[in-house]
Amino acid sequence: MISIQDRLAINDLFNDYGFFLDEERLEDWLELFIPECNYSIMPRENLELGLRVTLMLCENKDMLKDRIVSLQEANEFNIHRDKHLISNVKIQSSDNDKSFVTANYAIYQSDFEGNGSLFSFGHYDTQVTMVNGQFKFSKVMAVVDNWSIPHMLSTPI
Amino acid sequence: MSINVDWERKDYSRIPYWLYHDKDVYENEQKHIFYGSTWSYLCLEAEIPNPGDYKTTWVGDTPVIVNRDSEYNIRAMVNRCAHRGAAVCREARGNTKVHTCIYHRWSYNLSGELVGIPFQRGINGKGGMDKDFDKTKHGLKKLRVGCVNGVVFGTFRQNIDETIEDYLGPMMSAHIKRLMYKPISVLGYQRQRIYGNWKFYLENLRDTYHASLLHEFLVTFGLDRATQKGGVEMDKRHRHNLTYAHAESDKDSDAKEAYGGVGLKSDTLTLSDPRLLEFKREYSDDRNLAISTMFPNASFQQLNNSLATRQIQTKGIDAFDLVWTYFGYEDDSDEMTNHRLRQLNLFGPGGLVSMEDAEAIEIAHRSSKGADTKSTAVLEVGGKGEISDRSYRVNDVAVRGFWSYYSELMGLEPEGAVR
Ligand SMILES: [Fe+2]
Repeated sequence: MISIQDRLAINDLFNDYGFFLDEERLEDWLELFIPECNYSIMPRENLELGLRVTLMLCENKDMLKDRIVSLQEANEFNIHRDKHLISNVKIQSSDNDKSFVTANYAIYQSDFEGNGSLFSFGHYDTQVTMVNGQFKFSKVMAVVDNWSIPHMLSTPI
Repeated sequence: MSINVDWERKDYSRIPYWLYHDKDVYENEQKHIFYGSTWSYLCLEAEIPNPGDYKTTWVGDTPVIVNRDSEYNIRAMVNRCAHRGAAVCREARGNTKVHTCIYHRWSYNLSGELVGIPFQRGINGKGGMDKDFDKTKHGLKKLRVGCVNGVVFGTFRQNIDETIEDYLGPMMSAHIKRLMYKPISVLGYQRQRIYGNWKFYLENLRDTYHASLLHEFLVTFGLDRATQKGGVEMDKRHRHNLTYAHAESDKDSDAKEAYGGVGLKSDTLTLSDPRLLEFKREYSDDRNLAISTMFPNASFQQLNNSLATRQIQTKGIDAFDLVWTYFGYEDDSDEMTNHRLRQLNLFGPGGLVSMEDAEAIEIAHRSSKGADTKSTAVLEVGGKGEISDRSYRVNDVAVRGFWSYYSELMGLEPEGAVR
């Protein structure tokens, strides 16, 4: 059985995840992952068809870092702010230092003229690991329900 | 609904902005382009391998079913019930023996013929339809289908003069045959909705001037630079185009000089995981980039080992959907499949070298909307006048090629127009 303390810590991990992305603190967000992590954004359709095409795939922390550097240095995208709402954090199973955790998300996006809309919603399918007394993500797969991306996709989901 | 364009130039080096924003223009495009003497991309044969397999798609604003009949022939028809206009097939894909409309259960076979009408003879001799109702006259509207190396095309013009091969011409056919040189397998889909007129995207695909300027990733990480050996080819009528580049065909120093320092950060930036950019040669040539655009609704791409088709679906004057279908080859090793899946980070709605296109199109659409009728876009890079192939990539000649064929189909050509 997972302790109440660990449950709270896992919840905090998800809160940090959304907070750092919304605040555009991508380097801090990166530190929520272990070096051998896997991060992907998966259209729900492909998942259901058993197809492996993602919208973003980083097979380790280096690739995730490359994605962030590219966003900061080499990509142009729509001027926007994200607001993550993450809820229904559910610890599906837990053994030793590994937990399988899912959570729902919704991201609202606003533009530079103050207009906004629901940009993306779906759920996270994650694996959380304890490293030096801290919980980190070893896997995050964001499964996108509205997988036909409005406008474009820049900031990770 | 006649449209009158006051062309400033006969070589399409000036394009009035109102053409992207006009309701009559849009309606005429549906009629003269998507319903006209053109072939449109529908899907890949590999998506519907077995009898009864179907997939739904769009040609312009028209919903279409593509399926394989019991004889393995591919057939396509308009997804609109002959009874009351409802979509007969509501799923994205599946397998069936008949397509049955849920509204009044009219059903159609895999050739689109009407095979069943509930209560056609009424109940206990009462009601039903008159005896003279002829089921054979009320099938789904059929498209003519043509396949090239596993790519499925369709046209609403049953009596179109050109076969699909003629329509594609040697250049496009060769490009498709190169990409599809052995059996493929579909790896998955991406989709995005871009809030701009569809023509902005057709231009974008033909605009090789923007590639290494807008998509800074290409130059920053040395994936593709305008200084590489490459060029632009079109078919005879400038409907389709191909942009290509040869791997490792330029030097860092050439690139630095040509870009004049604009965004060339390759001295300071490198990828921590360079596998993203690895090119595993798999064709008889050394092209690491070959992206073609087919008039009016598709693109076929290779960048390194990322392979995909893109389909454009119009959604009114102000939006279109872009559907990306990624594929590899049936005999790919697991390692190669993983490599392709890794490289598709480059493309799609969040692609490291493609995400910018959506933004460029949306800002062009937004800001050109309020322009007066005299305001135009300027297309003169690579020279004006004659529309022809270039052995270099910094040009927008193929964009003028697009407008030339577009205007011919739409009946908008100025007198003495450059073709
Ligand atoms: Fe582009």
